[in-house]
Amino acid sequence: MISLGSNTSSRWQTDQLLLWLLRGVAVIAGTIVLLIVTFLAMEAFPVLRHVGITRFFTDPSWHPAEGLYNLTPMLWGTLFATVGSVLIATPLGILSAVFCHYYAPPAIARPYRRLIELLAGIPSVVYGFWGLVVLVPLIGAIRPPGPSLLAGIVILTIMILPTIALMANASLTNVPQQYVRGAAALGLSRWATIRGVVFPAAKSGLFTGVILGTGRAIGETMAILMVCGNVVQTPDSLFSPIRTLTANIALEMAYALGDHRAALFVSGLVLMAMIAALVAAADWISHGRVHG
Amino acid sequence: MVKMMERNLDGRELLASTLVWSAVALVTATFCWLLGDIIWHALSHITWTFLTTPPRNAGREGGIGSILISTTLILGVCLGVSVPIGLGTAVLLAEFTTDDSLFGRLTRRSLDVLSGVPSIVFGLFGNAFFCKTLGLGFSILSGGLTLACMVLPILIRSTEEGFRAVPTGYRLSAAALGLSRTTTLVHLLLPAAVPGLLVGLVLGMGRAIAETAALIFTSGYVDRMPESLLDSGRALSIHIFDLSMNVPGGDANAYASALVLVVLLLAINGTASWLAEHWLRRRIVTI
Repeated sequence: MISLGSNTSSRWQTDQLLLWLLRGVAVIAGTIVLLIVTFLAMEAFPVLRHVGITRFFTDPSWHPAEGLYNLTPMLWGTLFATVGSVLIATPLGILSAVFCHYYAPPAIARPYRRLIELLAGIPSVVYGFWGLVVLVPLIGAIRPPGPSLLAGIVILTIMILPTIALMANASLTNVPQQYVRGAAALGLSRWATIRGVVFPAAKSGLFTGVILGTGRAIGETMAILMVCGNVVQTPDSLFSPIRTLTANIALEMAYALGDHRAALFVSGLVLMAMIAALVAAADWISHGRVHG
Repeated sequence: MVKMMERNLDGRELLASTLVWSAVALVTATFCWLLGDIIWHALSHITWTFLTTPPRNAGREGGIGSILISTTLILGVCLGVSVPIGLGTAVLLAEFTTDDSLFGRLTRRSLDVLSGVPSIVFGLFGNAFFCKTLGLGFSILSGGLTLACMVLPILIRSTEEGFRAVPTGYRLSAAALGLSRTTTLVHLLLPAAVPGLLVGLVLGMGRAIAETAALIFTSGYVDRMPESLLDSGRALSIHIFDLSMNVPGGDANAYASALVLVVLLLAINGTASWLAEHWLRRRIVTI
């Protein structure tokens, strides 16, 4: 693999044929992202041309039928739900991984990891359904109306926790055993070892997990659509209903025409930009620039 | 003084242990609540008739027969398209490019971004490209093709791992025997890399079956039995969504459909991790 990798010349014609075939296929796979961005931009172009970008932030409200396209309430919705869930899921996820490695007896660690894997495999629509029939009435009993930012945060937390926990688990596995033994030889207690030795050593993996979780929270659509109430407003408390960017697309795409449809593609572009920024951040971290 | 410090340390240890154990208890309790609730409400509804009859009265009555057929067809289209493309790309990345070549780096980077794209954005793209530009309309074909774009990164990564797990000795011996690289690939590397391919296939299947947002505007809502791939067909996850959000009184059947979906996914993911843990390791060790 190493020695043959760059050598693409061969005396067999079939090899040349195969190589070109594979290249063709790989080009298809590699250009899908470009295709997606191109099509989003093409569909968004009409509204960007005669409305402009600034009006997406300065219009008085989101009433596409009347030509008003303010996306900021949805941006706030996405931001609050994402930040809230990441803040709760990060400690829970990392503690779960710490539990599997340093606290649990082996008889519990394995089943618990299995359980996290199972959680990771449950589809978003099922989380959303559970939130709708169990969580929303519960929150409604405490403080009406029920569908709210809080419900969204709880559901998103459950959904991104496995991502963070599994990534943290993997990065804790990669911490060299000598570090832990060295800490034990120095007489450090368990928590002191974890905090002072293990966490710094596993830092970049932990961060990557959080970033992956954030990406998942930003992009989540169905679950959040089912539990958040979908009122276009900037939330003033945890109990007020919100609408996120993703939910907005899913709700209005069915009947949107003309500029309205184009405006939804603009929000798709905004989502793509957020994800691209996250991928860049993850890349930056995994190249070891976050240490110390 | 020393004693006080020790007590302080003990206190911190105790606090940490309490925190860790309560986090775990919270996660476990939530999981049991979620799964228990679905099983409790759904178990009495699941019968053979439910699985085989088509939905009636907007899904309040009847079963999920036609829904399961549509889901299978969408999945079939998705895998039929993504497996050849994914396998080809993985072979190229693992066997025919070096890690630092520009083409390889660009392809990998673009796949990384692709794996992070939100599913609703795939839905927008699928609607604009497959439904409108290619003129496929709301159809099983559009939905399957959209999902194919979505599962490609998982498929490629896992297949590539499969190829990288094959010992370099194979390639060198094949080259020493004067075999062409095509022969080496087909007769030596491909069979040895099958576990990785299978894991990718199963994981991709899981992702595709769980998907909702990418399908709403590509494969559509129609719950009739599909007659061709150009018909609109409702996937199982969309059925759950529609029953719980748009159909008052649809909760009972939504619960039952949710249980079917969860069981399917647990089976699929279980197979994937079993394959990865046992077969993959044993294959690599024994060969």
